[in-house]
Amino acid sequence: MDIQLQKVSYAYAQGTPFEKRALFDVELAIPSGSYQAIIGHTGSGKSTILQHLNALLKPTEGTIQIGDKTITAGKKAKDLKPVRQKVGIVFQFPEHQLFEETVLKDIIFGPMNFGISEDEATKRAHHLIELVGLPLTVLDKSPFDLSGGQMRRVAIAGVLAMEPEVIVLDEPTAGLDPRGRKEIMDLFLQLHKARNLTTILVTHSMEDAARYADRIAIMHEGKCVLTGNPAEIFGNAEQLAKYRLEPPRIVRFQREFEEKVGRKLPTLCLTEEELASAITEAVREERAGQ
Amino acid sequence: MDEILSLDHVTFTYSPDEPDIKNAVEDVSFTVNEGEWIAIVGHNGSGKSTIARLMNGLLFPQQGTIKVLNQSLTEENLWDIRSQMGMVFQNPDNQFVGATVQDDVAFALENNGIPYEEMVKRVHEALKQVKMDQFLNHEPQHLSGGQKQRVAIAGALALKPKLLILDEATSMLDPQGRAEVLATVQALREETGLTVLSITHDLEEAILADRMLFMNGGKKFAEGTPSEIFALGDQLVELGLDLPFAMKLTKLLKQNGVKLLGEHMTEEELVNDLWTSNFKK
Repeated sequence: MDIQLQKVSYAYAQGTPFEKRALFDVELAIPSGSYQAIIGHTGSGKSTILQHLNALLKPTEGTIQIGDKTITAGKKAKDLKPVRQKVGIVFQFPEHQLFEETVLKDIIFGPMNFGISEDEATKRAHHLIELVGLPLTVLDKSPFDLSGGQMRRVAIAGVLAMEPEVIVLDEPTAGLDPRGRKEIMDLFLQLHKARNLTTILVTHSMEDAARYADRIAIMHEGKCVLTGNPAEIFGNAEQLAKYRLEPPRIVRFQREFEEKVGRKLPTLCLTEEELASAITEAVREERAGQ
Repeated sequence: MDEILSLDHVTFTYSPDEPDIKNAVEDVSFTVNEGEWIAIVGHNGSGKSTIARLMNGLLFPQQGTIKVLNQSLTEENLWDIRSQMGMVFQNPDNQFVGATVQDDVAFALENNGIPYEEMVKRVHEALKQVKMDQFLNHEPQHLSGGQKQRVAIAGALALKPKLLILDEATSMLDPQGRAEVLATVQALREETGLTVLSITHDLEEAILADRMLFMNGGKKFAEGTPSEIFALGDQLVELGLDLPFAMKLTKLLKQNGVKLLGEHMTEEELVNDLWTSNFKK
């Protein structure tokens, strides 16, 4: 499902003395099936954009196209339910939204709200709980007896149970330990590929943006100031600094290495494995040249 | 070196009536000496946060003793002892109580009955220490995450604590905010010799500590300097943690047959070794 923002502006508390503009003429096209990261300093407008992606907020100017649904500023949008079913948002600390008596009830709540039968929803819950890495026995437990990491997985299963075509992730790994972080990010990547989802990741982690996304957009002071693939975005440290961002550790290391040995690596490396291979190659060439 | 805090064979369970449920903390002992920076690391559910709550008397152990400044922690002396410990939590938005930066820092002083003149002095000093003295009358909602956490640290410092506890205090910040907070803590230690205990998932933060405690499943799995702990290598990864970036890269390079002299925890060391071992003529 394609998503397109055209000249989108948004002001909180519009028409009151407290009016505060959070987005200015944002242009962003997210093609179906892409893995889009949105990065930016705190307060850059990332979260405001995120809430537009399933019409929780509607633009005060401009247009948003979500699949075949068009949301235009000033016009009353009808029947947004399908949009909300097709675009699943995993908010920050989604475990805070758990509320039901059992894990099963919590997972089936969303899909049943969208008219899925209890049988079908339960079937999905059984499949999903294992997919997110929890045993089936968890379904009968109270979500509040689980650890924080487990609760987060339950909350994610609840979003997936609606079978969204687009999944929006707002800092999905905040507060998790390194393994939990990797497991959750790998799970989303696997789902992204297996179900041909459109995935939108809002994150502070330049490492995750570099490793997982195929497109990156930078938000700065309410504007979408730069879009490109990870190598384009992270290759230009000066430009990033302008937006108060730093390249991922891997890129910073590559630059330090290049400066120290006075030799450029042929490409910008975005994973540890790529960087290790490129440095190894450079060492071989150096030896051959001696 | 004076002992600031010690846990002696401490065991705690959240459900004392259900013997089947695993103890959240089991038989943990360690000490924190004056001037040290200790980092407690471990996977989610390893007992780190429970230890933090035991240290400041939010929870009491079923077995073992906790001593703060050589006094056993009891319900009677709890309030005295708590005033010796400053604590900064994970979410900067959940710990701001004042309407302005200076009100917030003054809050705990007021609760402790510090006289007004002394209070003003301490608020200014504390905010200066975290370099937030330009923001006295700012409202918290206009501060960045890193700035809010620095104000929270100032709030703790104003009480002149013997120990500063950071309970995942950088985990919700963006990279810039995290760097700001860590630089603040490092500067404080250099200037005042403050004792710090940080509970963290961030291994790059743990490297800065003098000593690390590595928790696993409620037990203390290992204790040592960062280089001793990270020398455990894959064992750390199996137990839910990760290795610092420079160590991971060192490992990959060695697998590829690149000549290196040692294991490296920091990027600077690794770049220098790469240069010396392979490029220097």
